Amino acid sequence: MDFLPDIGLATLGSQFLVGLSRSMILFIVAAGLSLILGVLRIPNVAHGSLYMIGAFTAFTVAKFFGGGSTGFWLALILAPLGVALVSLIVERGLFCHLYEREHLMLLLFTFALMLVFADLVKLAWGAEFRSVSAPDIFMGSFQVFGLPIPRYNIFLLIIGPLIAIGLWLLMSKTKIGKISRAAAVDREMVGAVGVNVSWVFAVAFLIGCYLAGLGGVLVAPTVNIALGMDHTMIIEAFLIVIIGGLGNMWGALCGALIFGITHSFGVLLWPQFAIVFPYAAVVIVLLLRPTGLLKSVW
Amino acid sequence: MPNKWVINLKSVWWRIAILVMLLILPSVLPRFYVYILALIFVTALLAMSLNLVLGHGGLYQFHHAVFYGVGAYTVALMLTKTSLPMWIGFIAGPIVAAIFGLLIGWLCVRLTRLYFGMLQIALGSLVWAIVFRWYAFTGGDDGIHGIPMPSIISSLNGSYYFVLIITVICLIAMYLIFKSPFGGTLQAIRDNPERCKAVGVNVRRHQLIGLVIATFFGGVAGVLFVVLERSVFPDLLFWMLSLEILIMCLLGGWFTFMGPVLGAAIMVALRTFVGIYTEYWTLILGVMLMLLIFFLPQGVMGYFQEKFKPGVKARVEETQA
Repeated sequence: MDFLPDIGLATLGSQFLVGLSRSMILFIVAAGLSLILGVLRIPNVAHGSLYMIGAFTAFTVAKFFGGGSTGFWLALILAPLGVALVSLIVERGLFCHLYEREHLMLLLFTFALMLVFADLVKLAWGAEFRSVSAPDIFMGSFQVFGLPIPRYNIFLLIIGPLIAIGLWLLMSKTKIGKISRAAAVDREMVGAVGVNVSWVFAVAFLIGCYLAGLGGVLVAPTVNIALGMDHTMIIEAFLIVIIGGLGNMWGALCGALIFGITHSFGVLLWPQFAIVFPYAAVVIVLLLRPTGLLKSVW
Repeated sequence: MPNKWVINLKSVWWRIAILVMLLILPSVLPRFYVYILALIFVTALLAMSLNLVLGHGGLYQFHHAVFYGVGAYTVALMLTKTSLPMWIGFIAGPIVAAIFGLLIGWLCVRLTRLYFGMLQIALGSLVWAIVFRWYAFTGGDDGIHGIPMPSIISSLNGSYYFVLIITVICLIAMYLIFKSPFGGTLQAIRDNPERCKAVGVNVRRHQLIGLVIATFFGGVAGVLFVVLERSVFPDLLFWMLSLEILIMCLLGGWFTFMGPVLGAAIMVALRTFVGIYTEYWTLILGVMLMLLIFFLPQGVMGYFQEKFKPGVKARVEETQA
């Protein structure tokens, strides 16, 4: 590596871990999107808005309970539930009348939702930057192999796989998971054997949006919470879902890892063009495997 | 099909009347409205070029703004960085956009529907990311401002007439393509690709040619934007704009020829005039879109066509994904 003289192994390792922890947030959001795409077949453009709402709600909840540790932990519990509640209202009030429409119309409908959410967030929280502080036990950093890793990133690295395993158990071991996977493949048949498909869809949508909200809360201590974070997240989440394989939860994990790690190495190699790296990786993956790395449910 | 080419005199007369009205307007309207009208023409041309492949070709062209932006950046870079005659930049814009269309399209047409759209979003985002960060060449997120223009089109009225004339020429060209045997084949592919393949149509080649034509006109729209605004910025290639023009097509009616023009006019007018009263204009736009999807799935123009020409049935339901 003679063209990169200043990058030591330690920097490489810590950058890798930072990329990995960012991948976990991307994974949590993308897994929700993937679930909605897989089961309901809705390309939910408003998913990024729910992520943003999650982050803003986390700010409000944390502030209400006086910031600090309790504020964060309560936000972690309450904010995703709030987002899920919003999504339930949207699904029961609007979406459930539109399932028969074609994809492009559903895409547009979710885009309309995104516009509405963006302005509602602006109305409710204004255009200033907000921030949430991580709880005290995640302040500072650990020494791993002699290099500092922020404790909060370690927390993300633990919670990401936990969510993955939880989702996998939910989808493969529980009844609702099995029914929703069946509904993704053939909704008429599932309806014919006496399942209320509409409510299966509602639950899948709810879980997907809960994950978007959870991603928003988890990202809150690491970034400035601001308008516009929905735009960047939704495009990244979509690309992750596509390269992973539509509706495939493990695919979303692979996609998120590719996206997060190429970005963090981009920062290291060529900071000016860091954001180009993940997009280039996505293009390469899609050229080689147009339908995604893993099997898609479509 | 000779009867396709028979010109309906009545419809020509009212089109000429509208054109004459548009030619007179700058001398009676305040400057601001002239500018808004020109902006509507540019946006309408962009939406029409998208609809050539979206509504009439059935391609999920999800990132059309890239070609608009490439056209705009090409002319901006040619006018600021080289000393070539200005008109060469104006011609180069659409051509470079079409070359991008050929490259991206060649990679995308191997896929269908959502996968087509997603690969295009990925490729388009790559182009956007490079333009966004390449400060030395494209100006990065600042963009390029104060682009010099030939004196004849540097005044507002001059640029208005230039934009109007080019837009009208492009609309006529697109109409001829739409009505040509090639356009007919493209619409047939939209309605039933498998059957077209079975009767011996080279589906991918037709789609690719359609895409290149559409991106060429998208590039023309980009050049016109530079003529009007004299600046370029990376938002021209951002996927939000792509979604916006997609909405213009659906809003106006994506199975009608003039629908996108109406959609573009509604969007630009809404943004400008609602934007004067409230900063929450996207909220109003979002609510309007929702109502539209619930009640007028075939778009405003499609609705009127269905209502007043019962023979023309909207084809929304036929193209189930």
